[in-house]
Amino acid sequence: MSIATTQASGTVTAPWTRGLVEIRGVSKIYAGHEVLHDVNLTVRPGEVVAILGPSGSGKSTLLRTINHLESVDRGWVTVDGELIGYEQRGDRLFELKEREILKRRTNVGVVFQNFNLFPHLTAAENIAVAPVALGRLGKSDARELALGLLAKVGLADKPDAYPRQLSGGQQQRVAIARALALQPKVLLFDEPTSALDPELVGEVLDVIRDLAKLGTTLIIVTHEIGFAREVADRIVFIDAGHILEVGPPRAGLRFSAAPTHQRIPGTRALRRVPGHPSTTHPAQQHSQQKLTEIEAHNGN
Amino acid sequence: MTDTVKEHRSAAPTQDSPQIVNRDSPDFAALKVVHTRHYVRWIFGALVLFVVLQFLCSLATNDKYGWPVFATYFFAPAILKGIQLTLALTVVSGTIGFILGTLLALARLSKSPILNSVSWSFIWFFRSVPLLVQLLVWYNLGYLYPRLGLGVPFTDNYFWSFDTVTLVSQFAAAVLGLSLNQAAYSAEIIRGGILSVDQGQLEAAAALGLPRHVRVLRIILPQAARAILPNAFNEIIGLIKGTSIVSVIALGELFYVTQVIYNRNQQVIPLLLVSVVWYIIFTTVLSVAQFYVERYFARGALRVVPPTPIQAARAWVNTQWARLDEKPEAPEAATTRIGGNGS
Ligand SMILES: Nc1ncnc2c1ncn2[C@@H]1O[C@H](COP(=O)(O)OP(=O)(O)OP(=O)(O)O)[C@@H](O)[C@H]1O
Ligand SMILES: [Mg+2]
Repeated sequence: MSIATTQASGTVTAPWTRGLVEIRGVSKIYAGHEVLHDVNLTVRPGEVVAILGPSGSGKSTLLRTINHLESVDRGWVTVDGELIGYEQRGDRLFELKEREILKRRTNVGVVFQNFNLFPHLTAAENIAVAPVALGRLGKSDARELALGLLAKVGLADKPDAYPRQLSGGQQQRVAIARALALQPKVLLFDEPTSALDPELVGEVLDVIRDLAKLGTTLIIVTHEIGFAREVADRIVFIDAGHILEVGPPRAGLRFSAAPTHQRIPGTRALRRVPGHPSTTHPAQQHSQQKLTEIEAHNGN
Repeated sequence: MTDTVKEHRSAAPTQDSPQIVNRDSPDFAALKVVHTRHYVRWIFGALVLFVVLQFLCSLATNDKYGWPVFATYFFAPAILKGIQLTLALTVVSGTIGFILGTLLALARLSKSPILNSVSWSFIWFFRSVPLLVQLLVWYNLGYLYPRLGLGVPFTDNYFWSFDTVTLVSQFAAAVLGLSLNQAAYSAEIIRGGILSVDQGQLEAAAALGLPRHVRVLRIILPQAARAILPNAFNEIIGLIKGTSIVSVIALGELFYVTQVIYNRNQQVIPLLLVSVVWYIIFTTVLSVAQFYVERYFARGALRVVPPTPIQAARAWVNTQWARLDEKPEAPEAATTRIGGNGS
């Protein structure tokens, strides 16, 4: 099962040549409570980043700011250099018209924890609705695209099933196919498997694994640490709205692996303490401990 | 019978089979089910049936119902014309009412404070003033504003204008009253339906970059329809009978015509029956339509689509028919296996 977007003409292309996400100094405040605190993160094109963190730490909020489902109170987020909600002209930022925001949003696909498929549309219709509504494809081309994508997520035999007639894992795979239909540059996953029974988790992770190989930029919030270690290029740990750790998964989030770390300005976890290159940063120890805790809890 | 039992047992897994089978437990699948007899239910059913029959009998025997008069007038040309007008009023006011109601509901839910408060005020006003009063005011609009048209604001200089009385005919007054009133009520019904749609649906639609009109028409309203439809049909049925209220402005719809006729010939009951039976026919048609429309919008919402009444009735008759064969007084019959489904 491999995934590449089949265009209506039948030629297979890998459209994800770009997909650079830059998050700079982002803060989000809900009713006086700072949910995200000065978050900085750069995700390179084609990179797979897993975001881990305890419940309520702001993972979902961070994802939602990336495609402007949530506006930020400070800082900014760009995808390939474009602000999703605003446009720069001279020294001013102009808030974009809804139509334009929607258009830019299609660069970023989202897969939700609860699938959020449209229950009154069949699997194929769920996938075809956006390309048709945005005038990218005609009805029959869109259906063909939908059938192709369904085949790629292993659901070639279910185009006319309604979401409620599908299992949770099948629904989530349809949701992934739906997000792919717009050929996004970046795909966001918010706990894509946490609403699934354990035996259904694997089939969804398989699909994501294939996407990762194809070079789509993926940002995945997950509690599946084993999966994150395996598939992600980097793991980001968030606690109480702070980014604690950015590092390659195999290094076990050890500060000793610092030379391979990407240095990201403003990310507390990676800032070496001046003059003490071998000292472990307190935040590092903290996140390492957190990770071990979660792993112990998950039993893997 | 015993043979079938033996035959069946020999088909059980052999000694070395890994499955654990209790050979002494009966095969429940092969047993015949004997259903409970609902004696109390039957007694009450019989009582209700008796009352209904008594009433039907009185309908036939009590000559004050005047069925011959009923028969002469049921298809009378005057009555048919009245029906035409009743249906026209319902269709026109219902359509305007629901379209305007949808717009009002969307305005109520929009982020614009102006749209929001205009919509709220409209609903507030038209739900507050009795329909009867509204109809009389629209009918007498010419008294308040003799001319309507375009001109210099706040003056009486018109570029282009109409005589109010010719513009707002009886029919127009009736349509205005009914449809504005209907819009106010259906706005709230539609708003309720929209609110019942899961927030995640809106988020998913927004994340896919769907334009607003697609989100409303293709994603939200079809899902809201399930909550809207039962109330909407209530409203339409209410409207079709509610048109009888426009008889106050002497518009010749079904009920007005009926009144005119019985005032002339004094056959009050037979003529009221004429209009009642017609109203029953209309609501029956609407009720049947409601079932099928709701069934259509249930697609995807239910794993299995409910059967149509005809399918349900046929299934009921079949099961009842099958149960007639049961013999509850023969315990052996109930415990002996009957050798598979075939016999
Ligand atoms: N609309 C809101 N209004 C107020 N507070 C909110 C709102 N949305 C989220 N929060 C708060 O923001 C914090 C972060 O929420 P978020 O959903 O991002 O957490 P999370 O890391 O995704 O958690 P989980 O793993 O449980 O999904 C929480 O404390 C939450 O209570
Ligand atoms: Mg979350």
